[in-house]
Amino acid sequence: MKPSPVIELNGVGVSFGGKAVHHDLSLRVEEGQIVGLLGGSGSGKTTLLREILGLLQPDAGTVRLFGIDLNEPDVDRQRNLRRRLGMLFQQGALFSALSVFDNIAFPLRELRCLDADWIRRLVHLKLAMVGLEPAHGKLMPAELSGGMVKRVALARALALEPELLLLDEPTAGLDPDRSQNFVELVGSLQRELGLTVVMVTHDLNTLAGLATHVAVLADQRIIAFGPKAEVMTVDHPFVTGFFGADRRKLL
Amino acid sequence: MSTSPRLLVEPGRVVLSGCWTLAEMLPQLPALEAELVACAGHNEWDLSAISRLDSAAAVLLWRTWGARWPVGLVADDLHRQVLERVADLPLEIAEQARPRRRFPEMVGALLLKAVGNLRGMIALFGQLLLDVAYLVRHPQDVPWKEFTANVYKAGAQALAVTALVGFLIGVTISYLSALQLKSFGADLFIVNILGISIIRELGPVLVAVLVAGRSGSAMTAQIGVMRVTEEIDVLSTMGISRTIRVVLPKIFGLTVAMPLLVLWTSAVALFGGMLAALLQLDLSFAYFVDNLPRAVPVANLVIGLSKGVVFGFVIAIVACHFGLHVKPNTESLSASTTSAVVTAITTVILFDAIFAVFTRNIGVP
Repeated sequence: MKPSPVIELNGVGVSFGGKAVHHDLSLRVEEGQIVGLLGGSGSGKTTLLREILGLLQPDAGTVRLFGIDLNEPDVDRQRNLRRRLGMLFQQGALFSALSVFDNIAFPLRELRCLDADWIRRLVHLKLAMVGLEPAHGKLMPAELSGGMVKRVALARALALEPELLLLDEPTAGLDPDRSQNFVELVGSLQRELGLTVVMVTHDLNTLAGLATHVAVLADQRIIAFGPKAEVMTVDHPFVTGFFGADRRKLL
Repeated sequence: MSTSPRLLVEPGRVVLSGCWTLAEMLPQLPALEAELVACAGHNEWDLSAISRLDSAAAVLLWRTWGARWPVGLVADDLHRQVLERVADLPLEIAEQARPRRRFPEMVGALLLKAVGNLRGMIALFGQLLLDVAYLVRHPQDVPWKEFTANVYKAGAQALAVTALVGFLIGVTISYLSALQLKSFGADLFIVNILGISIIRELGPVLVAVLVAGRSGSAMTAQIGVMRVTEEIDVLSTMGISRTIRVVLPKIFGLTVAMPLLVLWTSAVALFGGMLAALLQLDLSFAYFVDNLPRAVPVANLVIGLSKGVVFGFVIAIVACHFGLHVKPNTESLSASTTSAVVTAITTVILFDAIFAVFTRNIGVP
């Protein structure tokens, strides 16, 4: 039996105040792919991620994750579905009332199956993964620098080691060294766990280092989707403009 | 190939297979843990048949092994890496220390906080005086727009709700007093009772409680969110004084709006009382209005309105103080808003008591 695609969007349409953001948009992401989602600013990249997460219900079309429709009425199936994905929000979106440790421990505690020692080890493991010290666990989100917020948010998104990881501008605001570390980290996790990753990014280095596939969002739909090398050759004003002279760097 | 995690004990060794991830383990976690504990004594572990191993499972295995590598371990490099990462963690991870506080410490902390808040409010008051002195010398910097906006928000937009509450309270008091007065045959004293109680006491306090809940909380939340989103800091970087532009218009706006609201609410409450008196005691409007000035000396109105001025000032300064001390997190925002409303209402009642003591000989016929 062929496994169902991790993400399947079919004819999705959404509009804000009469202005169409997506129209008849379709996308199919298979297991193990790392998809870089590109598009000009205001082209609806974050909106697309919100649709995949089920935070925004499209006006038309269907969104299926792991073969399950997001409109599935069964609450238990919905919750189990949500546990299979992790999201890194653009601004981090850490719970400001909880410490770093509690932020990362939160999804683990919500399972109500793990004991305190297990959770503590896992949290410290995640902290080490994203390059933070155990002592950082005591800090509150307000005391963190921008780059640290991002790393803690990534650690939280990885807490359950989800099968699908959605990243909104993961390396924006990180210094080049850190973003290289980040690329290596996500790459190694992907190999170990067979993660599927969808990331919105403007950073060509991240895209070159990580993505296996590229999806280009323009004119309210996905105009190109495929392996990196293939998409580079697409003749569309956005694609040629975006990659420009750097086209070769990605290959 | 089965995906659920499996554990097989063969003579001399333990063979694990399947998908050892948190999601797959969850449904049968207690059983798996029990099986692992039973195998803890074995030294030969074969992990080569595992399709996936995540860090949660790695931690579970590492704990089962008593935090050291088993003598004979067969595993892929990939899975070995995951285990190594767990093994690299410090052996004893210190528990997050939670400071336990004893009762006297808690009382002391509370007292220090109260003193700190009082100090903050006095400092804000001082800053306000400095700002006023500055504005007297630079009249072109007076924030008229913000001031009028605050009068409108805290005053005009509160007219409906204060009128409704005032009317209902007026009806209630009039109705209850009428029942008592009727049994003594002292119907006519309803004018005195309503006049004195509403104009001197109930009007100002009622409005103060409503405004503290309505405008005070809004001020704290607004300034607090401006702090969280660093908008206050933006003002400073533009060289604009945050007290002159944000705090001062709020405080003076409410100080001006409050006495007007008190006047309005007292009037509506008296009207409600008159209506109930008409229905209950057949006391005509004309009689009521004619006798009101005689029963209630004008000093009471002055006291009521000055209470309005003082209460408005107190509510606004408390609200602004708490707003300026919001820390950038949601918990602090909600705690500060709560403290602002509670402190404002308590302080208003305190000032009301002070008023009562110092005006005890004034305005009582």
